[in-house]
Amino acid sequence: MPRKDKVLVANGQGFWGDSLLGPIRLCREGPLDYLTLDYLAEVTMSILQKQRLRDPSKGFATDFVKMIERTAPDLVAKGIKVVANAGGVNPLACKDATLAVLRKQGFHGVKVAVVEGDDIYGELDGLLASGETLANMDSGAPLASVRARVSSANVYLGAFPTAEALDAGAQIVITGRGTDPGLVLGPLIHEFGWKRDQYDLLAAGTIAGHIVECGAQCTGGNYTDWRSVPDMAMIGYPIIEASADGSFVVTKHDGTGGMVTQRSILHQLVYEMGDPRNYIGPDCGADFTSIRMEEVGPNRVRVSGAKGCAPTPTYKVSISYENGWKALGQLTISGPDALAKAKLCSEIVWRRLAYDGCTFSDEEKTVEFVGANTCHAGIDVPHAAEPTEVVLRLGVKGHDKAKIDRFGYELVPLVTSGPPGVTGFAGGRPHATEIIGFWPALLAKSKVTTKVSVFES
Amino acid sequence: MPIVPLSRIADARSGDKGEGSNVGVMARSEAAYVFLKGALSTEAVRRHMAAINRGGVKRYEADPLRVLNFLLADSLGGGGSASQRTDAQGKTHGLALLRLELNVPQSVLDATPE
Repeated sequence: MPRKDKVLVANGQGFWGDSLLGPIRLCREGPLDYLTLDYLAEVTMSILQKQRLRDPSKGFATDFVKMIERTAPDLVAKGIKVVANAGGVNPLACKDATLAVLRKQGFHGVKVAVVEGDDIYGELDGLLASGETLANMDSGAPLASVRARVSSANVYLGAFPTAEALDAGAQIVITGRGTDPGLVLGPLIHEFGWKRDQYDLLAAGTIAGHIVECGAQCTGGNYTDWRSVPDMAMIGYPIIEASADGSFVVTKHDGTGGMVTQRSILHQLVYEMGDPRNYIGPDCGADFTSIRMEEVGPNRVRVSGAKGCAPTPTYKVSISYENGWKALGQLTISGPDALAKAKLCSEIVWRRLAYDGCTFSDEEKTVEFVGANTCHAGIDVPHAAEPTEVVLRLGVKGHDKAKIDRFGYELVPLVTSGPPGVTGFAGGRPHATEIIGFWPALLAKSKVTTKVSVFES
Repeated sequence: MPIVPLSRIADARSGDKGEGSNVGVMARSEAAYVFLKGALSTEAVRRHMAAINRGGVKRYEADPLRVLNFLLADSLGGGGSASQRTDAQGKTHGLALLRLELNVPQSVLDATPE
């Protein structure tokens, strides 16, 4: 198959809940070869696993199917390929729903591939019996200590299975848990025939994927000097214009808002960064400090020189487990004396609970006065004025569900039995909801088998 | 030496990492980067963020990018869904650090765009 000179890979969805306009406009407003979409976060996997337990046809990102329904005419007419981790814990059901919306619109013969193998929830006991401890990377505790409470377990797969799906002719690739940068790296491996030991190239694709994985966060979104960002309302989503030698240009479609500059890209490069010299992915390690950036035109930044190294023999595993209960409520306190009254309200709630034998440690309590420097607590803000109104947020957590629910009874009564000017109780009584704990672990790659299947609408 | 907030000479972005957050500080000139490597110590960051971060602070230097990356070990009030804070993902920690007031030499200010 003839290799293309340049390949255009965009990210239209930085997270589940991102603007619907990202993918829609990317399909509409300029040339594009690949549209990547990221739907999964750590907590998402646990929620999806629970949905699947209740209903075997659920457990994937339903928004993705709606997005395919909406963009299908453009995707088919222009031959744009889609790579998305929308499969969650049930990629086959996601595939079925996707095929259904394609057929409904009369699009037949569209190939949809599924990557499986990341979901090890059903194999946990066998893995533990075989000697894998799946110890917590932070605390060192073995998974056996929380085994009964585990609600999902997924390996962060690499990008080669996605490339395999594209090699098999898929136009839409649905994966479960993989790394976010892998959504971009997969298409580049497929297009340029990069090999497993070409670590500099794999690192380049990984860094490209990292730069675009949060959508508009590299085109002027969440940017320090926000006043300088043009037309933020119509912000363009990022596009990687990749070359076979690993260099790439970060850009966006002409006429869209926002901007692509070295400074806007650097903002995203440092996002969720650990050791900048040793970014560990499933296919390679990457040195973020090795790259050169140059502005080669308006909204065009060329990135080159990426250095990589061999990957580790383990996959990172994302495990979630039930870790107690929490409840949170809020009230709005108007002025005058908003902050003093909010502080009194907080004291009243804890005293009334204590009277009824219900006490919480500082560690278990959340007390915030929103409007009075909550986000930057403890940091002096010169010339800050007394807030004219304050949102009081009170929360508790712990392992005794009844105690967490008891807390919920004492918030709303402040409206009639506290200081004047207490309102905003529309949410009603706070109830206990489950805390989902996150358990990062490592697993030998030899224990994981991936599977790629291709279907057709 | 003039006292200015860190925001005068650097950009920042932050996000969650497990039960903590990272703050990437991007110096806007080479002079600012050299100055910050000395002045923006882990101890200075730990003290400034002490009411937000209960854990330690680790610093990585990325000279070619003029970036100092700080990892705050326990800054979210519990990780993932355990945090009940308004800023459960540490999204605002970058701006919090940019409020830090520093004694910056005039020569560094002159070499660094506002």
